[in-house]
Amino acid sequence: MKKELTGVYTVWLRDIKRYYRDKPRIIGSFAQPILFLFVLGTGIASSFSTFGGGGGKDFLNFMFPGIVGMTVLFTSFFSAMSIVWDREFGFLREILVAPISRTSIVVGKLLGGSSIAMFQGAIILLFSPLLKIPITFVIFFKVLGIMFLVAMTISAMGIMLASVIKSMQAFQVITNFLLMPMFFLSGALFPLNSTVKWMNVVSKINPLSYGIDAMRTVILNNPVLQLYPLWLDIVVLISVTIIVSVLGSILFSRQD
Amino acid sequence: MNNVGANNNIIEVKNLVKEFKGLKAVDGITFSVIEDEIFGFLGPNGAGKTTTINIICTLLSKTSGEVTLNGYNVARERNKIRNCIGMVFQDPSLDDRLTALENLHFHGLLYNIPRRILKERSEEVLDMVNLSSRKNNLVMTYSGGMKRRLEIARGLLHYPKILFLDEPTLGLDPQTRNKIWDYIIKLRKSKNITIFLTSHYMEETEICDRIAIIDKGKIIALDTPDNLKKTIGGDIITILSEDNIKLKEYIKEITGSEAHNAKEGKIRFEVKDSSIFIPKFIKNSPVRILSISARKPTLNDVFLDLTGREIREENASARDNIRNRMMGRIRH
Repeated sequence: MKKELTGVYTVWLRDIKRYYRDKPRIIGSFAQPILFLFVLGTGIASSFSTFGGGGGKDFLNFMFPGIVGMTVLFTSFFSAMSIVWDREFGFLREILVAPISRTSIVVGKLLGGSSIAMFQGAIILLFSPLLKIPITFVIFFKVLGIMFLVAMTISAMGIMLASVIKSMQAFQVITNFLLMPMFFLSGALFPLNSTVKWMNVVSKINPLSYGIDAMRTVILNNPVLQLYPLWLDIVVLISVTIIVSVLGSILFSRQD
Repeated sequence: MNNVGANNNIIEVKNLVKEFKGLKAVDGITFSVIEDEIFGFLGPNGAGKTTTINIICTLLSKTSGEVTLNGYNVARERNKIRNCIGMVFQDPSLDDRLTALENLHFHGLLYNIPRRILKERSEEVLDMVNLSSRKNNLVMTYSGGMKRRLEIARGLLHYPKILFLDEPTLGLDPQTRNKIWDYIIKLRKSKNITIFLTSHYMEETEICDRIAIIDKGKIIALDTPDNLKKTIGGDIITILSEDNIKLKEYIKEITGSEAHNAKEGKIRFEVKDSSIFIPKFIKNSPVRILSISARKPTLNDVFLDLTGREIREENASARDNIRNRMMGRIRH
């Protein structure tokens, strides 16, 4: 058992080491959320008055938890998909031939991706004073917990896919056909309760929309913007995390 | 710790078969490796060498057959097997964003080596492959030969009972290749370790105690290098003449054996003692001989004799080059 835990720790440690050593990646990963929030967000918010509506400031506030969620989504997914990269460059075999179980490898990868995603999400959260959104310590740690659940779910999805997909090309396709729709239909950028019916239905099977909803509830505490009760969000997230992690673990162990 | 039976076989493979979509990559092979020997798998690319190794080292499941290593069953006791093997794969398997020492540290943690021992051993294995001075450099900055040396060091870190070396010199220049072999010979002198290696460079496998020649998924010969070479009747003579057909008839008449076509329009055949044979042969030859050479048989000749084909290193290396270039393209 101790051996397996060491295995988990080792796989996790490598991901963390690689992360902090990769400075361009760290800087690059902040560029996207900042661009979304302060360029796209501000642009859309100010266009409200053109079309005769108000509430531009409220829109930016609405979008903020969505951007935190977006950061967690992309970071954890790409961290888990680094398995494809490791396979391409041979390092995966060094891990696979080591005397630890496949499950420990998967758990290590899950925790590695989640830790990095939580760190990045937390940094974005620190931008809240710029939008005059008050974040207390309690809120901060609550959001951290939700980020952990979202990151675990998405990392596990990434591992599932990485076990099936063997090429870097397919990886690009996945980004466009899975990740972007998941992001757009998560309620990160616009409210899902006032949108067209089919979008609303699709968003219900998107685990990310529960994560974003939970973050929004905790950060903004505005019942108007809330889709589901917080407890439901958490229950859905925990269930999906467990299911997808087990599936990811099985698929990863099966590959030859 | 020693689970090897009275017969000293550390690896036993019986009727091993591996099919990929109906294609038999390994076609019912049986062999055993004796403890503390250097055992070689020799054969062209695609013969099934790497597939067999991957099955023995638990990376690939078998279609049928029995494989045991150190007394452990490959299908049921994977982690026990993983604990007592060290691997040097055909393609690099280092994390090039980490330093050499970090790669070893990572390996040590995975194999549960206690920290204070790990430090000592890292120094020991790095010293052995002369990489101590570069231990804190990122592996990215290493040359191909250095990477391979580091992989050998890493494979030894947990003191495995068996070290697998899959084409350890593939893609390296001749000088670096020689160096790698020096390390392997040094290793076998200094440690009680079984070495299982594969190669398609014939001359390199001469250091093995025993060699299995493998072709199209089957073992076609298994013996010591000397015994394998003895199956060829003496020296190899290669001749360029004005009339090969006529000469072949003459050769058959005086030696009783068939001459074969070789490269560049030459013919080749075998005789017991070339130093006595050649002067007599030139004097009595019915056709003019343009060139003649004699040499001791190599394992390449053994392969040629058994299969009628050359191992064709040129083709293999051309393909390796293309692959290396592709890998380079992905990386940049």
